[in-house]
Amino acid sequence: MSAGVAAEAGSGQGVVALEADWDVVVVGAGPAGMAAATVTAGAKLRTLVLDENAGPGGQVWRAIRTTPVQSRPILGPDYWKGQDLLGAFEASGATYLPGATVWSLDRNRELGISADGKARMLSARRVILATGALERPFPISGWTLPGVMTVGGAQTMLKASGLIPDGRVVIAGCGPLLWLYADQVLEAGGQIQAILDTTDKSARPHAARHALSFARSPYLAKGLRLMVSVHRRVRIIGGITELAIEGTTAAEAVVYRQGHGQRHRMPAGLVLLHHGVVPNVNLAMAAGVEHRWDASQLCFVPVLDNHGATNVEGVAIAGDGAGIAGAEAAVERGRIAGIAAARALDGATEKLPDEPAARRTLAKYTGARAFLDAFYRPARAFRVPTGDTIVCRCEEVTAAQVIETVGLGVEGPNQMKSFLRCGMGPCQGRLCGLTVTELIAETRGVPPAEVGHYRLRPPVKPITLAEIASLAKTESAVKAVVRG
Amino acid sequence: MFRRLHDAPQRAVHVTIDGCDALARAGESVAALLLVDGVRATRVSAVSGAPRAPYCMMGVCFECLVTIDGVGNRQGCLVQVADGMRIETQRTRREAGK
Repeated sequence: MSAGVAAEAGSGQGVVALEADWDVVVVGAGPAGMAAATVTAGAKLRTLVLDENAGPGGQVWRAIRTTPVQSRPILGPDYWKGQDLLGAFEASGATYLPGATVWSLDRNRELGISADGKARMLSARRVILATGALERPFPISGWTLPGVMTVGGAQTMLKASGLIPDGRVVIAGCGPLLWLYADQVLEAGGQIQAILDTTDKSARPHAARHALSFARSPYLAKGLRLMVSVHRRVRIIGGITELAIEGTTAAEAVVYRQGHGQRHRMPAGLVLLHHGVVPNVNLAMAAGVEHRWDASQLCFVPVLDNHGATNVEGVAIAGDGAGIAGAEAAVERGRIAGIAAARALDGATEKLPDEPAARRTLAKYTGARAFLDAFYRPARAFRVPTGDTIVCRCEEVTAAQVIETVGLGVEGPNQMKSFLRCGMGPCQGRLCGLTVTELIAETRGVPPAEVGHYRLRPPVKPITLAEIASLAKTESAVKAVVRG
Repeated sequence: MFRRLHDAPQRAVHVTIDGCDALARAGESVAALLLVDGVRATRVSAVSGAPRAPYCMMGVCFECLVTIDGVGNRQGCLVQVADGMRIETQRTRREAGK
C-alpha cells in the first residue's frame, strides 16, 4: 500500500507514533469510510482512517486485498468492484490504521483508540463515522448453541479465509444477503441441505407499492439471477412460521413449521441465520448523536441532515450506519460527507467529486430500498421471542424474564438493566438492543419509539486497565490523584 | 462445520490450540482457525457455563472470546494468527488473573 499506511496490524508502533491532531478522522474503512477519506485527503486535509479490521474493505469488501478466494466468479462482480475504490483510497494520501478499536468519542471530537494493546487519545476537527451495519438479532430457541452463526459471519470466513460450510448445512431467514451467500457457496463447490425461507408473504401487498422504483434499479436483475441460481440447486422451504434449533452442546437439528402445517425436524450441524442488517449505533449513540426509531426498517437510525451531519458539532455519519441502503449508496454517502467536511474546513476544491452526480446515484439506490425493506420485513415471530428463548446472549436473559419484569412496572431498557443485567455484558446490547426494545414495547402496548434504546456510554468496546494506564498523562492529571 | 477451499494457499503459520500444535493460514483470524480446526465450543458462557462458539465474525457479538498469549477475553475474530501464538479456549466461567 501507499506511504499513507500508519502501520500494518501487529506492529505495535502504529498507535503510539500517530500524531495527536487531525483535520478529519474517519472511523471504518468500508465503502463509506474509504469514499469519505478519499475525498477529504484529496482536498489536502490531513485524514486518518481508523479501522477495526486487519485490512480495508469493511464487511461487503472484506479482505479485498488479501482474500485467498482468487477464482472471481465465486465472490462475484459486486465484490471485486470494490477494488476501484480501494485503489483510489490507497492513492489518496489518507493515513490508514488497521486493527484499531475506537472505544470513545466525545462532543469535543476527542477519540479514544487502542491497537495492539496500546491506547491513545486523538482529536479531529471533523469526524465521519462509517461504522456500517450488523446483522439483526435472530432470537430463536437454540440460537446460542455452537454450530449456529449468522450468514454474514459465514460469508466473512469465505472472503477472509476461503472457508466454506461443510456437513449438514441449513440456512434460515430472508433477505438479499442470504441469496448472495448461498450462491457463493454453491459456486465454490459447497452444498446446502436446505434453505428455510422466513419471508413473510403478508408483507407483499405493502411491498408492491414500491415495486416500480425497485424494478428500475440494478437490484432487480441481480436479485432474480441469484434466486434462480440458488433455487435450481437447493431445496427451498418457504413460508416458515416457526424455527428452533435443537442440541445439547451444539446444534443437532432445526425444527420448523411451514404456515400452519406440522412441525418438522431436520438434522443440521451448521445453521446459518439472517434476516437483514441494522445500523451499528453504539459509537454514535455514546457520542450523544440523536437517534430515532425507523418503523419501516425496524431499527434505530441517527437523525442526520442531507450531508450526513448529526446534532453533535463536527460529527457526521455515512454508510449503512446512517440507515440501511447498501454498499453503492454507502459510497455516495461517504463522498457527500467527505465533500461537506472538505468545504467546512476550507480544503482544496479542485479534486472534489461532483456532488449532484453523487446524489443522483444515491437516489437510485435509496429509492429501491423501500421495496426491499417492505418485501423482506422480518417477521414478528423471529424478532419478538417468547418463553425461555434467550434475548441477551451475554447475560443469558430470557424473553419470559423481560416480559415478567415489564409486569413489575419497568418501562424501558435502562431500568431493565438494574433488574436483569440485560445489555450489560461485553457486547453492550449490540445483539439484544432491538429485541429488548420491541419486546418491552409490545408488552406495554406502546410504540418502540416511546421505549427507546439502551443508554450507551464509553468505552463502547472493552479495554484493559493496562491500555488505560498506557495513555499519556498530563501533569495536572497526575497531580489530581498523586499525594505529596 | 467448515472446510478450506481447494484453491486456498498452503497453511504456513504455526500456533498452539489448548497446547496442541496447529497450522493456520497467514492472514486468517483466530476464530476462523478454531472453526475450521473443528473446535466446537470456544468458551463457556459467563452465567450458566453453557458452551459457546463464534457467531458474528465481525467483532460485535463477543462470543468468540478466547485467551491469546495469556491475555483472556480477546475477540478471536479480530485477532490474526501469528507464528508461535498460544490460543486457549475458555473452559471455565471466571479466569482470575487473566
